Amino acid sequence: MSVKSRNPLSVLKRHLRVACAATALLLGAGSLAGAADLNALIWCDHSDPALLQPFEEANNVKVNVKEFEGTGAGLAIVEQSQPGDWDVMVIDSIDVPRGVEKGLFEPLPEDKLPLADLFPQVKMDGSTVVGGKRYGITEKFGYNTIGFNKTKVDPADMQSLASLTSDKYKGKVAIYDYYLPVIGMAALAIGKKTADLTEADLPALKAELLKMKANAKLVGEVTASQTALATGEVDILVGGGEWVTAGLAKENPALDFSIPKEGAVLWSQSLAMFKDSKNKDMALKFIQYIMSPEGQARLATSSCYWGMPSNTKAALTDDQKKVLRFDEQPGFLARAQAYPAPNADLDKKMQDMWTEMLQAK
Amino acid sequence: MSSNGNSGRALPRAGRALPWALVTPALGWTLLFFVLPFIAMGFSSLTAHEGGGFTLSNYSQFFTNPSYWQAMVNSLQVTAIVTVVSVLLAYPFAWILAEQVPERWQRLALMLAVLPFWTSYVVRSYSWLLVLAQNGVINRALTGSGLMTEPLQLANTRFATVTGFVHFFVMLLTLTIFANLKQLSPSYRKAAADLGAGPVRTFLHVVLPLTLPGIMVGAFLTFVLCIGDYITPQILGGNNELLMPQLVMMQIGRRGDFPLASALSIILMAVVTIAYLACARWLKIERA
Repeated sequence: MSVKSRNPLSVLKRHLRVACAATALLLGAGSLAGAADLNALIWCDHSDPALLQPFEEANNVKVNVKEFEGTGAGLAIVEQSQPGDWDVMVIDSIDVPRGVEKGLFEPLPEDKLPLADLFPQVKMDGSTVVGGKRYGITEKFGYNTIGFNKTKVDPADMQSLASLTSDKYKGKVAIYDYYLPVIGMAALAIGKKTADLTEADLPALKAELLKMKANAKLVGEVTASQTALATGEVDILVGGGEWVTAGLAKENPALDFSIPKEGAVLWSQSLAMFKDSKNKDMALKFIQYIMSPEGQARLATSSCYWGMPSNTKAALTDDQKKVLRFDEQPGFLARAQAYPAPNADLDKKMQDMWTEMLQAK
Repeated sequence: MSSNGNSGRALPRAGRALPWALVTPALGWTLLFFVLPFIAMGFSSLTAHEGGGFTLSNYSQFFTNPSYWQAMVNSLQVTAIVTVVSVLLAYPFAWILAEQVPERWQRLALMLAVLPFWTSYVVRSYSWLLVLAQNGVINRALTGSGLMTEPLQLANTRFATVTGFVHFFVMLLTLTIFANLKQLSPSYRKAAADLGAGPVRTFLHVVLPLTLPGIMVGAFLTFVLCIGDYITPQILGGNNELLMPQLVMMQIGRRGDFPLASALSIILMAVVTIAYLACARWLKIERA
């Protein structure tokens, strides 16, 4: 064998065989790749294989995903792409009009979507319907509210936003680092409606935010704030709801969330289809799959974060429903207010106010 | 004769073209991946976020908004502390490696020194979080041994950010100073000793000045990498104070304000350029 391998001709033949095999593999892979592709701009909960695989197998399609954080970053990716590069996008429901204004989205056929099965409060037609046409459909929602460790704090205290600024919990609080929902919570704390916020409210909001900051140990993005609550670094997370506690429920059943008497801020994410999609039929199938009871259950319990499915018929197990507090949703929704949706000028001022809060000692 | 004469004229021309031919790929690379993007960023920084059009407001915001200005102050303070602490720790370490560790163990020691470079920023920062957290290794040791009754606030502070940075950059500095120390001829020290200088005087008047280029190059690299890093302050600092890279990221996340992000990046780049010019002037590189 060793003698044979030293023969240059044998070596050449063997290399040729390997090269042929590799070429055949590459051609095979090429034909697979050519079968069908769906390109999706998504948040991390959609990259869970448990969500995508059943759709890919059922439709013989490869879903290529690109994650982004924040509408601004997502729209920037689209602007830097060629028309037709993307088929579907996940976007904050309140930001659907931003995409429509830029001429990005295709109207969705309402008769082919399970709109009647959605929780009525999360359809958010004010944002998802523009000029009489539906451009987005809410797929998942939840609350920016108070997440807490019920063994470390008095759960009764968590029924009021005033606890977030009380001395009792000084140094035991983390703030979720996203200005809009936390500003929304500050608005609720001072008795303002999130939908009615104007520039005149900024001084009072700033004062409330600074009080929260004075009590806080850290202001962290998703992972950092979740880690802080899970590891006991803090006992309360301002802005954290089921998206923080539900995914950790098995490992740490002490984590919970409340919808305080002042209310909570409703977050909601929508699916939209691109006007320039080259694969609109498959894009619609994808949206239909995500909105189906099975897709909704998988999306709700995605490994990245849990959240409430917008479809009331989501095929969740009883345990999953319990963790998500499915049965309590009508009461929660009655007390929830929408994300603040400021115009560009107010949005900039709110972000600057947030920057000041971060810099405050 | 004539053919010789022709080739005699052709050769210098070819000789002149050769250096350009050799340098063209590098120039092209720099043009494509540095100069052009930089120009694009410059244009972007002079554009209004809403509606486009020329504006200087992205720059004026930096100088008029105290919290933006504070981000630069924080960045410079953190970078200065990290650089100084890293130099102070790295020099003795490099000296021990170069002078005290036997030659046959030096390779292993150097490999251990570069180990932090094999780990990603994210993993390293989260590892430090586990060490410094309220329930982390240090606080458990302090409270468990009875030295402290309450855990110290170590994580989510500037101290944590500096610790994370120093852990990484001290090794970078060690390598540059080590290389400098190894290049130093032993005859300098012998000459100093022959002239009656003791070890301290020899170090202060001979070794230290001759290793300053290594220190400065390492310090400059530390400065550049530290002032532009987003991950370590984001994870370890707990967002209790903003640094410039975090401020830049904030503009992009939801609002997609690339013009303002570009302006802030250019200001950051200007600071790095000033640091480089100061460093080059100090080392008198232009005379080298």
